[in-house]
Amino acid sequence: MSGHISPTSTYFAIFGALMVGTALTVAAAFIDFPAQLNFPIALAIAVTKATLVVLFFMHVKYGSKLTKLIVGTAFFFLGIMLTLTLTDYLSRGWFTAATRSTSAGAIISLSPQPQPAPLAEPGQNTSPK
Amino acid sequence: MPNGTVAAHDEHHGEHHPALQHHFQDLEQQHEASTLGMWLFLVTEVMFFGGLILAYTLYRIWYPVAWALGSEELNIYLGGFNTAVLIASSLTMALAVRSAQTGAQKATVRWLLITMAFGLTFLVVKFFEYKEKFELNHVPGPNFHFEGAESPHVQIFFSLYFALTGVHALHMIIGFGLLSVIATMASRKRFSPEWYTPVELAGLYWHFVDIVWIFLFPLLYLVDRSHHIV
Repeated sequence: MSGHISPTSTYFAIFGALMVGTALTVAAAFIDFPAQLNFPIALAIAVTKATLVVLFFMHVKYGSKLTKLIVGTAFFFLGIMLTLTLTDYLSRGWFTAATRSTSAGAIISLSPQPQPAPLAEPGQNTSPK
Repeated sequence: MPNGTVAAHDEHHGEHHPALQHHFQDLEQQHEASTLGMWLFLVTEVMFFGGLILAYTLYRIWYPVAWALGSEELNIYLGGFNTAVLIASSLTMALAVRSAQTGAQKATVRWLLITMAFGLTFLVVKFFEYKEKFELNHVPGPNFHFEGAESPHVQIFFSLYFALTGVHALHMIIGFGLLSVIATMASRKRFSPEWYTPVELAGLYWHFVDIVWIFLFPLLYLVDRSHHIV
């Protein structure tokens, strides 16, 4: 069978890159980036690490076009699910709410005080007894 | 079945690799089909964890303070250690597959056992993390306790923490069982450079579980470490 055999050095290089990525994501979490960039930065590092695993450890780089298409489809539809849902939740009340913000939290406050009462608090049934 | 057919069938078996199924032309085609099937399964897994992560994201947008508070409760050292352990296990898994590809049968068994040891280490650490959560009453339910006004929202954070890490740990346990079967097969010299598909597929599964953790670690343990709101 003619499966691609990667040299061990490739695997150790990917391992090193993944460990560096882990260190980076921990370091980035302790930095206060402006404009709530911490979440996107953490996700970007995780996506990079996952891509390395998929391409090299899971051999997709050397796989058939059909395999690549299937793998790509998975992440394409995952992207649709995440972005289309978020375009809804993140944009709610942009033009209607008095505070220009909604329960979707377009304006994120990091103070521990309770936030100004949103119009429609989701998950209100979970409030304390 | 007449005896003649059986004899012909047995004779036919002698002509090809014992692992080759009759509906495939050759082992390469069979390997390609198996890999594709495994990936299709992993696609459903991506959507499964994706749904949970979407729920996580929406609640995080609604309750950023509760998310920061809940995340501070998690032990960053244990989480980081487990991340390193899983990445190392992915490396040893990749080396196990490579050993199977090159026909190094003893090395295949050895790398598989090391991978399983890493997996077990992860689960043991996870057990002690869970134990601490039970002792602190941070487990969602009637006994949940968390100081402050954000308590009900922190409970949602911990619900998702247990759902995500619990389902992930279940995958680890299944992966451990899978690898023990593969390691047994490898020790019986069932694999060769011509046919090592089960090792490759178990590897795909193991790497996928590693990828899930690559996302869970920053999402759960590293929400907002720069503010230290207490």
